[in-house]
Amino acid sequence: MSMQESFVRFKARYWPDHLLGEILSKRWTETAIPVIVLVLVAFALSRAIDGFLSPAALSDTARQAGEVGFVVLGMALVVVVGGIDLSVGSMFALCDFCALYCLNVLNWPVPAVIVATIVCGALLGAVNGFLIGYLRLRAFITTLITLIIYRSAYDLLLFDNSTKIASALPDFPSWDFIGMGDVAGVPSVAIVYLVVALFGHVFMTRMRPGWHITAIGGSRRSAYNSGIAVRRTIALCYVASGVMTSIGALFFAARLGTVGGDVGVGLEVTVLTATVLGGITLGGGNGSVAKALAGTLIVLLVTNGLTTLSVSGGVNRMVLAGILLLAAMIDIRWLKNRSRIISKVYVSPTYHFLPPPPPTEVGSGGPFEQNDKLRDVTLIGLGRIEAPEDVILDRHDNLYAGSRHGDIIRFLAPDYEKMEVYAHIGGQPLGMAFDRNDNLYCCIGGMGLYRITPDRRIEKATDETNRSLYSVNDDSRLRLADDLDIADDGRIFFSEATVRYEMHEWPVDGLEARGNGRIICYDPNKNTTYTALRGLKFPNGICIASDGQSILFAETFGCSIKRFWFDGPKKGKVEVVMDNLPGYPDNINLASDGNYWLALVGMRSPALDLAWRMPGFRKRMGKRLPVDEWLFPNINTGCVVKFNEKGEILESFWDLKGINHPMITSMREHRGYLYLGGISNNRIGRYKLEHADPDFVQYDRRWGRSS
Amino acid sequence: MTLKRIGQQEIVLGIFVVLFVAFALFLPGFATTANMLTLLQNVAVLGILGLAMALVVIGRGIDISLIAALAVPPGLVLQMVQDGHSLPVSIAAALALALVFGLLNGWLIAYAEVPSLFTTLATGLFLAGLGQAALFKLDVVQWSEGMSGFERLGQGSLLGIPTPIIAFALVCVVVALLLRQTRIGAYIYAIGDNPFGARVTGIPSRPIIVLQYVLAALIGCFAGLVLASSVNSMPTRIFNSTMIYDVILVVVLGGIGLSGGRGGVFNVIIGTLLIGTMLNGMTIMDVSYSGQNLIKGVILLIAVIIDSFLNPRNEETAQQGDI
Repeated sequence: MSMQESFVRFKARYWPDHLLGEILSKRWTETAIPVIVLVLVAFALSRAIDGFLSPAALSDTARQAGEVGFVVLGMALVVVVGGIDLSVGSMFALCDFCALYCLNVLNWPVPAVIVATIVCGALLGAVNGFLIGYLRLRAFITTLITLIIYRSAYDLLLFDNSTKIASALPDFPSWDFIGMGDVAGVPSVAIVYLVVALFGHVFMTRMRPGWHITAIGGSRRSAYNSGIAVRRTIALCYVASGVMTSIGALFFAARLGTVGGDVGVGLEVTVLTATVLGGITLGGGNGSVAKALAGTLIVLLVTNGLTTLSVSGGVNRMVLAGILLLAAMIDIRWLKNRSRIISKVYVSPTYHFLPPPPPTEVGSGGPFEQNDKLRDVTLIGLGRIEAPEDVILDRHDNLYAGSRHGDIIRFLAPDYEKMEVYAHIGGQPLGMAFDRNDNLYCCIGGMGLYRITPDRRIEKATDETNRSLYSVNDDSRLRLADDLDIADDGRIFFSEATVRYEMHEWPVDGLEARGNGRIICYDPNKNTTYTALRGLKFPNGICIASDGQSILFAETFGCSIKRFWFDGPKKGKVEVVMDNLPGYPDNINLASDGNYWLALVGMRSPALDLAWRMPGFRKRMGKRLPVDEWLFPNINTGCVVKFNEKGEILESFWDLKGINHPMITSMREHRGYLYLGGISNNRIGRYKLEHADPDFVQYDRRWGRSS
Repeated sequence: MTLKRIGQQEIVLGIFVVLFVAFALFLPGFATTANMLTLLQNVAVLGILGLAMALVVIGRGIDISLIAALAVPPGLVLQMVQDGHSLPVSIAAALALALVFGLLNGWLIAYAEVPSLFTTLATGLFLAGLGQAALFKLDVVQWSEGMSGFERLGQGSLLGIPTPIIAFALVCVVVALLLRQTRIGAYIYAIGDNPFGARVTGIPSRPIIVLQYVLAALIGCFAGLVLASSVNSMPTRIFNSTMIYDVILVVVLGGIGLSGGRGGVFNVIIGTLLIGTMLNGMTIMDVSYSGQNLIKGVILLIAVIIDSFLNPRNEETAQQGDI
């Protein structure tokens, strides 16, 4: 091994190359950008201005932030649902007027004033909501018009009542507390804001209406088709925007107690800037409370800072406009390219060395020497089944296979002509195994481990395991449960091929050749799940070994078979049974003579073997070429071999033509026959074994004949 | 089929006729030649801006920054002349500013793909701030000696017709020719009708979009010159007014749908006349400024509601983020 290759290997082992893509694909990274901007802005301004971050200044900022923050929350909600509310400034003014009119002129008690103001905001918002939600007007133009109408209404009201409001000086301690009070130095408005924001966060991320709102913003048509009350939800969002604005106005009124011609003028631009700057996508479907808060703080810090620096109004406008433009541009660029960037950096190939494979050519001698034994297998269900990854037979000789359509298909003994849907699960069934009580356990790609009881009830066994502490990706959910076997005490060991890719992307995991897979144990007696073994290169087939205390498992892209002890004196140990196989091993199952069957789903090629030693080459390939031109593991041809626990290959079965039964991912011996499944096939093969026990039934052998 | 023929254009035309006749019958002093000329003169600037807006709206955009283009470059002319530069140099500088501004708008919208609404909202704010901070000494830029003769653009008359009306007519003809007689006009309609379709058929949509905003800025600048010369100053605070809403009102009322690809110069003329009649009538009736705004707003709302029933949004082709 050359110096350079040692270095490549060293780097691939210790440099966490795969983390960048995983971090970027986290949703919170979207919020991270505005938060970083916020920290930078605060830092820059605190250096430029003395006492910018002093408690008094902070408290003052918090008061303003609370008032504007409420309006931003409302705007954020409306933007997330796919609209916009330009009338917030005018609504703010009207609510401010309403509060002070009720208090100063009508002399209502403070609680009544609060209720009246909020109702006022709700009504103003309801006008927008009715027009946009129910009449389906365009949000922008509609709220622009209500902006004019509300503003002129405010001007007219102000003209008649401003002196009346200004002349009264009500004295309510509770009113003053709303405006200027604090609890332990935290302004009252900030406390209320925090409570509302927390609720808003839970509402948007954990509650049904919040999800509906995001769904409508994401795709209005799809939301409608999936039965969400689109019009009502949209209308209610505008009502909520009105309510939020009224709360902000209430605090504003209590703090300043004035009505003036310029209350709320241009507020919509500030609020919009905060919303966009926080990273809430215009057009909807994406936004959070944290983003709204970050945006609000940035805008307020910048404007307050500029005011403190006594910058003229013109410069203030220019800076604000510049920020708005920059934020919108970054937002749109990022949104447009995020998935592309992620797809470029997510695939992170690593170093994987395999020695030259043992020969398989005809005449080469070895145990893998090619032959034509499988050429004439008889076929079951030709053209009637799609993608039988695994096949299994029950005690009554019926044949079961998964299908691409999310069904488990049953072919009835004895001739396997009659076929029926045994169970409809919805995800693609992969590995299958019966337990002692004839429950059929099945690994479903993308869903988890499922159980079909003898009376054909479908039950979820498990779809999550413990989350590993240092994993960036949330690996608690099962992405690609692959194959399983059942220990004598009922514990189920199953493999999850990869935690980094979804089922349809499994070849990419082969390109990466990283140990992304794991073996998980599910205990039906205690209904617990835990990860038994991790860091495996695409663990696939699993079979309980003869001692009943260990499993044999195949690592497809590791091209090896290993043995893992889950019980007994060697508990927790892993030993290599065979490595450097000439192909990619798939399912392992018991043979009637006490040995094991192993399917090789594809054969290694020198090109990929070489590429596996060159992570940089594969990384460039991932970045520069479209996915369908990547160098993937070859799965065009394969074979079935028989091996023993010592790791010796006893026999191999090939099909040189590959026409009759083109691909093999699984095989199952039953009463003298070998049944063959292949995930890209539309048929199941059946091969008559010479010298095999004609009465062999897997379960009877292991657990004795049942009733 | 007959019902389809009654488009918004006809409805607005009808309302205009009814309103006009009603005002003529019941408002003393409305139906005089002098008042008619005043009416037209008052809405000429609005009409010119409406044409600029129409160009953009037909191409499925919107230009909120028109008022900034109206206020700042002409203000720059007055300021530069005040500072002792010659009139042609000042006008050239103003046109260059408007050109750069239009290019900036167009680039942001066509190439950076920022929605036109936000682009023009921000750039308008930016230009107004620039004027306030760097270009003008006072909010109202005053007329100066060097400008003498130029006021004829706003106050003169030709064959008894005030020049603002002639300016409006001139821009009408230019825009109509552009839209109806040139390939560029056809492209603008195509882009407004179906932006992606237009792009797929090989129309250079990005340069055309830039051109739209450049033209809008230049027309806005021209309208500003007419305005400044008619009042002998440039009140730059006009940016804070609700004038942009009047412009949108003219366009939408006239029947140019905001979804693009429809309408033309005739719609702008109808919209302008209706607004002019309304404003004139309300002024004669002595309705307050806020009251006028309120009435305008309500009428605009009704127009938009009717528009949404006559030209309903196509939900199948509506774009994500099309607000």
